[in-house]
Amino acid sequence: MDIGKFMSIMISMVFINNFILSKFLGLCSFIGVSKETKPAVSMGLAVTFVTTMSSIITWLIYRWLLIPFNVTYLRTICFILVIASFVQFIEMVVRKTSPALYKAFGIYLPLITVNCAVLGVAVLNSEVFFDNGRVLPASFWMSALQGFFAGIGYLVAMLLMSGIRERLEFIEVPRALKDVPLAFIIASLMSLAFMGFNGLKF
Amino acid sequence: MYEICAYLCNKYMGILFKEFTKGIAMENPIFGLVLGLCPALAVSTSAANGIGMGIAATFVLLGSNIIISALRKFIPDEIRIPCFIVIIATFVTINEMVLKAYFPALNQALGIYVPLIVVNCIVLGRVEAFASKRRVLDSLFDALGMGVGFTIALCFIAALREFLGAGKILGISLLSGFEPAAMFVLAPGALLTLGLLIGLVNYWQFKKTDSK
Repeated sequence: MDIGKFMSIMISMVFINNFILSKFLGLCSFIGVSKETKPAVSMGLAVTFVTTMSSIITWLIYRWLLIPFNVTYLRTICFILVIASFVQFIEMVVRKTSPALYKAFGIYLPLITVNCAVLGVAVLNSEVFFDNGRVLPASFWMSALQGFFAGIGYLVAMLLMSGIRERLEFIEVPRALKDVPLAFIIASLMSLAFMGFNGLKF
Repeated sequence: MYEICAYLCNKYMGILFKEFTKGIAMENPIFGLVLGLCPALAVSTSAANGIGMGIAATFVLLGSNIIISALRKFIPDEIRIPCFIVIIATFVTINEMVLKAYFPALNQALGIYVPLIVVNCIVLGRVEAFASKRRVLDSLFDALGMGVGFTIALCFIAALREFLGAGKILGISLLSGFEPAAMFVLAPGALLTLGLLIGLVNYWQFKKTDSK
């Protein structure tokens, strides 16, 4: 694992291929939860945690269960079930061990099950780091990193968006554009700005 | 006797027709309910991709709505969501295999958004709100209506983006002197188009309620 690969995964996942702004994954929660900064950041942190952990778990399942038994076509069913039960499990653990954290996460943890970013990164990992059933070298660490930085990219977009939307609360806008439509237009401008990162290479 | 039959038939068809049309117009999944946005934006770069994704999603919607509606008395209430997800994922997997085998080019274009139909809010939303409570025939027409509504909305966005971004619709150039803005086939154009379209729908709705 050299530093170049690490950097390229980081830059690619956070800036160039940002999950929200260039791949449209996790858009529902992005529009829904980004009205204020604090819940937006909690949601971002929760997503980062879940994408990292589920990247690791789905890699293990793909590598040691689906490939040896030659049932890679079961990928979608397996991944979504594992992610759903994993999120449920985390919810139970957090509720028992740390009520304060549980309160901070609130409804966002169960919402993550149907967040396409989580399933998206798992599917992406299995497509990028496996070559038709062969495991590419160092793919475990790269999968985990890709999951982590996908979450960080989500967090960054969420933070920027919620900051802008908080200020928009006090501004007179056309009634038809209030809330959701305006959020999309802002996201479009942000996405345009993020396209400037396209030329970055390592 | 014949009249009673005709009356029942008429009434029944009326209900089914209503289930069918509400998905297309009033409760359109994209513009009315604002559901299923990720695939709507990601694959709507050309009208052909929009149609492909629309048909794929309609197939999943139809299959899972019918099966879940048929099994609604057997699925225990506490674990219904995992059951729904397994059934939906099964149809998504069938979809993936069919696309891979018969339409490899479309499969390439849609990419990871095909497996992601499983977390599409429209499917789970319809299954939870409609199919788990209603008869099979109603659910079938609901799924058809929602699927067609989704496909139409997708095609509309896609055609608009393809025209503005590449000057073509379904690969055919329309205007000779028109200079396309490539931004519209890229990510920012998708978000901008959707934002403005939702704004437009809101505007019409406000106008309607104001005039009443």
